[in-house]
Amino acid sequence: MDAVILSRIQFAVTTMFHILFPVLTIGLALFLVVVELLWLMTKQEVYYRMYRFWVKIFAINFGVGVVSGVVLEFEFGTNFAIFSQTVSNVFSPLLAFEALTAFFLEAGFLGLMLFGWERVNRSVHFVATCLVASGAIISAFWILAANSWMQTPAGYRLVDGKFMVTDFSAAIFNSSLAARISHMTMASFETSAFVVAGISAYYLLKKKHTLLFRRSFGISLLMAALFTPLQVYLGDVSGRQVFRDQPTKLAAMESHWETNTAGGAPFAVVAIPDMKAEKNLFAIDIPDGLSLLVTHSFQGKVPGLKEFPREDRPDVFVLFWSFRLMVAIGFILLMVMIWAAILWQQGRLYENRSFLKTLLVIHPLGFLATEFGWITNEVGRQPWVVYHLVRTSEGVSPIPVGNVIWSLSLFLIIFLVVGTSYLYYVFKTLRTGPDLDSPIPPIQLLVGMQPLREEKTGNKGDGLTRRVK
Amino acid sequence: MDLVTIWSCLIGLAIILYVILDGFSLGVALLFRSTQNEEERDILMASIAPVWDANQTWLVFGGGALFVAFPMIYSVLFTSLYIPLLTFIFGLIFRGVTFEFRANATRKGPWNIAFFLGSLVAVVAQGLTLGGILSGTKVVRDRFAGGPFDWLNPFSATVSMALIAGYILLGSTYLIIKTTGTVQKQAYRRAYQSAFIVLAFQILVTFWTPLHYPSTLPNWISPPRVYFIWAFPLIGLLAFYGLIKNLRARREVLPFVFSVVFFFAGYLGLIASIYPYVVPPDITFQEAAAQHETLRFTLWGVVIVLPLVLAYTAYSYAIFRGKVDKESHRY
Repeated sequence: MDAVILSRIQFAVTTMFHILFPVLTIGLALFLVVVELLWLMTKQEVYYRMYRFWVKIFAINFGVGVVSGVVLEFEFGTNFAIFSQTVSNVFSPLLAFEALTAFFLEAGFLGLMLFGWERVNRSVHFVATCLVASGAIISAFWILAANSWMQTPAGYRLVDGKFMVTDFSAAIFNSSLAARISHMTMASFETSAFVVAGISAYYLLKKKHTLLFRRSFGISLLMAALFTPLQVYLGDVSGRQVFRDQPTKLAAMESHWETNTAGGAPFAVVAIPDMKAEKNLFAIDIPDGLSLLVTHSFQGKVPGLKEFPREDRPDVFVLFWSFRLMVAIGFILLMVMIWAAILWQQGRLYENRSFLKTLLVIHPLGFLATEFGWITNEVGRQPWVVYHLVRTSEGVSPIPVGNVIWSLSLFLIIFLVVGTSYLYYVFKTLRTGPDLDSPIPPIQLLVGMQPLREEKTGNKGDGLTRRVK
Repeated sequence: MDLVTIWSCLIGLAIILYVILDGFSLGVALLFRSTQNEEERDILMASIAPVWDANQTWLVFGGGALFVAFPMIYSVLFTSLYIPLLTFIFGLIFRGVTFEFRANATRKGPWNIAFFLGSLVAVVAQGLTLGGILSGTKVVRDRFAGGPFDWLNPFSATVSMALIAGYILLGSTYLIIKTTGTVQKQAYRRAYQSAFIVLAFQILVTFWTPLHYPSTLPNWISPPRVYFIWAFPLIGLLAFYGLIKNLRARREVLPFVFSVVFFFAGYLGLIASIYPYVVPPDITFQEAAAQHETLRFTLWGVVIVLPLVLAYTAYSYAIFRGKVDKESHRY
């Protein structure tokens, strides 16, 4: 083990821990915007109570996201100093803009969002929620611009091995940004919609706070119904972007060794790739499948891994399987949404217990898919830190191995403690359930508000018009 | 003013804003040990809960600005200060998560400890970082070429102790503004004690710096700096006088204002002693600067966005002005 591999492991550990939190922050912020808008428009108390409940989860999540995110900004310097120095003219403004346009915005208005109920009026509070939600998306934009630039560098000129900027807009809006930002933002929306739906399903199964969680369930399922098919489409867009810009990565994702000369390239549903022998030890193929997927034609030519030098290939096994698991989860979620559509048609969306149970079980899958997606993205970039220009091994800081062993061990321990505590307090918040009784601050009260009657009198009636067709 | 000077000033501004703003947040955490009960600790948390995240963001912005403007310094310092910087991060993690975890905990004990220790570790590591920078960095062909513990010496340890006292001063004068009753009384006491300790450290570090870092001495005694550099310790002493006087008079806002002036005087005095060298003893800002296109492009972003950031930060402070009430930290 040298400082290169250990630094890579450390960066992987810290990013993979970190990404779990922003994924939920981005999507839950959008959900909170919708809920607060409904509260202001319909004047139904249930939406106010919903907001106050979900914002608790949001706050715990946001806190861990912030502290684990600062780590990454530091690691560019501590562990990848040579990379940072080489690319900084083009790369560093993207990170600085993230702090400037996103972190300040989120941090500045989060205080109002969480603690401002008694100090600012409804519209200001709603604006604060919207700004925090925008901050989360702007943050994603810059960090994905930075990542996309590492994948598909543009707008630069190399002078003595150093990157000099020639065109910032080309660097920021590089050829893979659009596909990546839409795919990742959608992943956040989709994951969060399923989280809210899953947690709501739990309460519906327990028949606790039914009214509040029926609404949460309804809104989140509506969002999921919108996002899930869209994400399948955006995944296809991303796949074709990889095919266009990073054919080596695509060939590795598909464990595709030989370029198809006559006829289409097959799609391996499952395979056991052998990097040494340059073939699949075992595979179940769909003829012409790969050509159809990436070129949208049966005969389309897809370059195989053998076209590229061995030392330029990423790890095929990891890539092949992380990609497949991500796709599999995407389709599981799509199937659940088709089931939801059928139940909705029959007017049994909120009553079908096996559907509720399924949602409860699958609700964390979005996080897994996001992780697998990032593994595909990042392992697929290897062995380059800047695609085809700088090797990862050339970017690491001149630090002794001991430094990284020390920090990596501490990160593992700290993330274990913080991650466990995070889960503990989230579950505790869920066990406690929503607070339906504490008085609404006078400054928030709406004229003509419809109070939450059914719940308060202990009546478990649904209070929501059923959608029977 | 050329781009490099503007960027040097910007980074300087971000650093001092961070030191003052997160300084008082960390200082409040360091005072956790002098509270009597959970209720008092709740008040301490509530006094900084709405603003700590924004305060900490100045650090991220300062680091980002350093990366943009002086990438070589960023890479060299982050490599040479690997251990204190990541220790700082470890401390910040515990400090940061405590806000949410403690609010949700039934047994608050462990998080009280995490909050105090996390903040203490962060402050000590910050001091070691600063002391380490002032201890000189071995650079060969734009890359760090020293050892992993170059930053560790009696000087950097002393800077750490000074910073603890300094942040306690900022934290307690901030608490005087935000609290009443026994918490405020205790804050007055701590402010008074820490003020003298900070003064003693200021004097010690001031006279130690030229011994530890010899190239500062000529700046103190030869023109042109000799004409103004002595103003900074003078301003510092006046601020100290104002601080003590207003603490005795039980004023609420002025002690914090004078503490900030006190910090500024020390900070500007230090900069005046070492400018234009950033990585002592031999790298200047001009030598380490990034490509001019990068500096210009990013500066436009800063010119447009930073005033907005300052405006809404001020707005947020205005919304949460006044004394902390125990209920206000619940959401």
